[in-house]
Amino acid sequence: MNADNRKGELAELKAQLRQLAGSRAPGVEELKRELYKKVINYLTVGIDVSSLFSEMVMCSATSDLVLKKMCYLYVGNYARGHPDLALLTINFLQKDCQDDDPMIRGLALRSLCSLRVKNLVEYLVGPLQRGLKDNNGYVRSVAALGVLKLYHIAPSSCTENEFPVTLKALLLHDSDPQVVANCLYSLLEIWSMEGNSSEAALREKESLLSRNVILSLLNRFKDFSEWAQCLVLELVSKYVPEDAQETHDMMDLLDDRLQHANSAVVLATIKVFLHLTMSMAEVHQKVYERIKAPLLTLVSSGIAELSYAVLSHLHLLVLRAPVLFASDYKHFYCRYSDPSYVKKLKLEMLTAVANESNTYDIVTELSEYAANVDVTIARESIRAVGKIALQQYDVNAIVDRLLQFLEMEKDYVTAETLVLVKDLLRKYPQWSHDCIAVVGGVSSKSITEPKAKSALIWMLGEYAYDMNDAPYVLEGFVQNWAEEDFPEVRLELLTAVAKCFFKRPPETLKILGSALSYGLADANQDVHDRALLYYRLLQHSVEIAERVISPPKQAVSVFAGDQSIEIKDRIFDEFNSLSVVYRQPSYMFLDKDQRSPFTFSEDTGSSVLGPQSPEREDLASDYDTRDNELLLGAHEKEESRAVSNGSHGFSAPKSQTSQHDPFAPRSASPTQTAQPARATAASPQATVSSSAASPLLAVDDLLGLGPSIPAEPAPPVPQLKLNAKPVLDPASFKRKWGQLTVALTVEYTFPAEALHGLTGPQPLVRHMQANSVQCMASGNAPLKFFFFAQLSDAAPNSGFFLVELVVTTSSGLASAKIKADEASMAPAFADSLRSALSKFGP
Amino acid sequence: MISQFFVLSLRGDNIVFRDYRGDVPKGSAEIFFRKVKFWQGEEGEEAPPVFKVDGVNYLHVKVGGLLFVATTRVNISPALILELLQRIARVTKDYLGILNEDSLRKNFVLVYELLDEMIDFGYPQTTSTEALKSFVFNEPVVIDAARLPNLGPAALFIQGTKRVPGTSVTKSVVANEPGGRKREEVFVDIIEKISVTFNASGYILTSEIDGTIQMKSYLSGNPEIRVALNEDLSIGRSDFGGGFGGVGMVILDDCNFHESVRLDDFETEHYLTLVPPDGEFPVMNYRMTQEFKPPFKVFPVIEEAGPFKGEVVLKVRADFPANVTANTVALRLPLPKTTSRVSFELEAGATGQSTDFKETNKTIEWSLRKIVGGSEHTLRAKLTLTQERNVNIRKEAGPVSMSFTIPMFNASKLAVRYLQVVKKSKSYNPYRWVRYVTHSNSYVIRV
Repeated sequence: MNADNRKGELAELKAQLRQLAGSRAPGVEELKRELYKKVINYLTVGIDVSSLFSEMVMCSATSDLVLKKMCYLYVGNYARGHPDLALLTINFLQKDCQDDDPMIRGLALRSLCSLRVKNLVEYLVGPLQRGLKDNNGYVRSVAALGVLKLYHIAPSSCTENEFPVTLKALLLHDSDPQVVANCLYSLLEIWSMEGNSSEAALREKESLLSRNVILSLLNRFKDFSEWAQCLVLELVSKYVPEDAQETHDMMDLLDDRLQHANSAVVLATIKVFLHLTMSMAEVHQKVYERIKAPLLTLVSSGIAELSYAVLSHLHLLVLRAPVLFASDYKHFYCRYSDPSYVKKLKLEMLTAVANESNTYDIVTELSEYAANVDVTIARESIRAVGKIALQQYDVNAIVDRLLQFLEMEKDYVTAETLVLVKDLLRKYPQWSHDCIAVVGGVSSKSITEPKAKSALIWMLGEYAYDMNDAPYVLEGFVQNWAEEDFPEVRLELLTAVAKCFFKRPPETLKILGSALSYGLADANQDVHDRALLYYRLLQHSVEIAERVISPPKQAVSVFAGDQSIEIKDRIFDEFNSLSVVYRQPSYMFLDKDQRSPFTFSEDTGSSVLGPQSPEREDLASDYDTRDNELLLGAHEKEESRAVSNGSHGFSAPKSQTSQHDPFAPRSASPTQTAQPARATAASPQATVSSSAASPLLAVDDLLGLGPSIPAEPAPPVPQLKLNAKPVLDPASFKRKWGQLTVALTVEYTFPAEALHGLTGPQPLVRHMQANSVQCMASGNAPLKFFFFAQLSDAAPNSGFFLVELVVTTSSGLASAKIKADEASMAPAFADSLRSALSKFGP
Repeated sequence: MISQFFVLSLRGDNIVFRDYRGDVPKGSAEIFFRKVKFWQGEEGEEAPPVFKVDGVNYLHVKVGGLLFVATTRVNISPALILELLQRIARVTKDYLGILNEDSLRKNFVLVYELLDEMIDFGYPQTTSTEALKSFVFNEPVVIDAARLPNLGPAALFIQGTKRVPGTSVTKSVVANEPGGRKREEVFVDIIEKISVTFNASGYILTSEIDGTIQMKSYLSGNPEIRVALNEDLSIGRSDFGGGFGGVGMVILDDCNFHESVRLDDFETEHYLTLVPPDGEFPVMNYRMTQEFKPPFKVFPVIEEAGPFKGEVVLKVRADFPANVTANTVALRLPLPKTTSRVSFELEAGATGQSTDFKETNKTIEWSLRKIVGGSEHTLRAKLTLTQERNVNIRKEAGPVSMSFTIPMFNASKLAVRYLQVVKKSKSYNPYRWVRYVTHSNSYVIRV
């Protein structure tokens, strides 16, 4: 429907409604119903029909309930946007609130409270007060939630009229269970929000957990609807019983809830059982035994979405008590009809429950899936085999499987298998002979995926002794250098060739030469840098180069990436919530305060970042993770070096491997890894992840066997004076941001007390202004700022520093990207930025 | 607490939309739909039922070709919301008779009436079909069931010994029938979904039955009902250790029950007592891993048959009594990727059978409209391959998966001995229907 048409139709509707408004002709209600339906239909599909407001209200003087309800629906939708018109409806709603029919009273009261118009609050109080005292349960239950709605519109009006007190009384004494439940919903929300500012409200909220409240709810537990039961159970899970006897009584009372057909009730009950018995190790263990069968029944109850929710919880439990489910592994075999999201969870369950006794069966089953038509699941299955191999002692059987996988000659199976073998070798170097025998048979031509290629190349370099034709296979790869699209593969190739050279120099010398010259000419900065580094190293001394590039490896005992115990415990505390599905504690995914609109408009934000920079960052972070894995694996110190090269416009990769580079200037302090969890643990400190930019020597000069120059020490940091009132318009900012490259990144962790002051962007904006750093734009959720500053003696439109600062409020970690007209001044500016940040406090 | 509830068609149209809290920005339905349609950037990947975008959590279930969605900003119990969405769908179906896009569009005002009472300010209220009756004033516009393709549950019961009125399960709880009188009747369906995996030598690797006793009551005056189950029923396999229970004994691993079920006499007499609420609901769900005789045996043979050639023979045998007939049977077998052409050869005189070779995923499909108990059917297929030697042809093919429906049959032998409606008046004798049906859930034969 185009706009003109729609306009016409709305005008027609309007006219028709107006005509019917006063009419008392027989059959008029029927006509009205049809028109109302049309209006509601428009409303549903998102067409604005607010222009009909007065006509709709005029027509609503009716005794026809169907009409009334449609009118309530309409009014509820538009009142907030049209407060003046909403006033029109107050009259008839108030009248209906006193109707003889309790249903009409309830409906009217609910609609009245749902208007969400602030200046109509005065009309709410009276009907609400009467509603809470109504002799009909339905009306009271509507009123109980009405109080909460009032609180959201006008908190003071709600508390001044003592509504929470009334609700508390109803909570304990009302005869209607739905009224009790609604009182509980309202009180929990009201006191939580009041609790942010009032100690008294917090105490009130705590009082909901008192013994008499809990017992009064439990005593009539079976009267509640299943949804209300879930609510009560959630409350009970936070209750601390007086003694063991009380715990047992409660568990006896709730035991039959485990046989409920509603999975929400079962999970809520399980939460109560698990939390009540936390300190009773033996009973706690029995709870696990008890809940096993009901959970498995829910998983197979036939509704895939619910299986998913329940399986997520099972996964959490399995991680805590793997032994318990070890014999039930067959329940987690994938079914033909399972959707892929269920299958994926089941594969994770299988890896989690695998132990010595069932590994054989599980791996056999997983191997079947590897041939699955569903490629995603096939891949995941092979990865699952890999994970099991990494956690088990008997890898023998699994190596056999790998042979089988490779025999299948399916590209993706081969690819996944290679990655798996690589990981296996890093953990169990003693298996190298068997694995290498397997890998040796793989034709390098059939592998196209970068991850698999990298894995194969890594193995060729690492096990050059064991693989007879390693240099020649590598030679093949080097010859195809130009066709290799993925820089990560080329990087890996450089390293592998170098490692092969140390092991079998005569055969590899020539290949190394061509690999290095390809590398130095490579368009990718990371590849180029690595080639350059190797080149210089080798020139300096082959022996040192070997120590750096190919040091003896220690076997990896634990791979990075597993969540910390602390995080797992926090998720367990939030059992039966989204945290379990997301596998994140709630603080990681909920924003505390409501989102405020991001003041930096969307398109500016993205264009400011420039077309090429995000890509680069992604790449760089890719290497980060890979390197971190290596780092953790080799148990070496995390001392990766980030060379930032402002003048050449690339942020170089954190240097390839973990090895110490004897020539590189040590950066001032170790770079923080990007994991927020760790950042939280770190004490507040700032780290500058780069030393001064060292000028890059021309490539051909180096090729011409120039003297190997250790990088120059950082020049002394010049004193920095900033213009107190610099001027830069947004357009220029945007342009500069696009043109300049990141000169430096700075990380700083706000101490907890400073973090309290950071509820919004404004405090920090004012603080930075006082330090001669101006804000161009800022946004909330996540906290993000664009700052700029200018050298005090700079010419107009020069000497600017641009900063993008992102603050993770959960951890307090602030990371800043600095761009500068004069890159050499960036470190000095970084220092002053850091010191300005550290002075920020509440 | 949920912020919004909406129902989308599979094309992404809003059919019903209700905002309860006003804390999620407009456009959430579009954001949701785009995310679901291109999960992880790919069309065809299935989105999980719970995910988040920009601080908004989206939870959804798929029912009747529709997406029932809730959004929320708080850390809520996902099971609760998904159960609630499922319940909303079921209650809606109770009222409309049939739940699909068409019926929902024709009755959206009625659906709003229901929603108003089921959720207030994001909190679940009454969701019982019965209690909601007094709040619903719109007459449902009933969609003509006969016009629908026979895909719904109604289609399952057409065959069998007892003829059951086809409209029974698509009847609205509020709509009056022609003639104005309501028929007093109650349906009890024992619906079992079986999962069996056979290994290449024909042995059963895993088998499980997931069953539901489902009830749908149109009885007035809320009479009490007694459902008596097998006398030799026992629950909890561990009590017996494998295979102790005598022949014919029905041993369930575990089960759960609807809220309304009283279990006072369940342990001793094996019957469930309940006052059924209106509408459709599961009385009991159960799970059984005790050995049972699978209804079908499949014998697949896949061989190399000379250069560039392969041969497939699929034989299926129905291992159930001759008075039972399975319908809508289909077998699927993925073939090696090198297969370029397939020619089929059905047995002589085959009727109601069809074959197909799906080029895109190299799969053959063999459909049989019905299979009578005790009978045997064979399909031969000659494959043309693009590769000369195919030693691994078996490894690259399979597994066979099979789907079927068998009315008036259940593999678990769980039975309703009698269905008693307790009512004072002697003349009161409502219609009582007990029906059995077995579906394949995951019936896989490896090669």
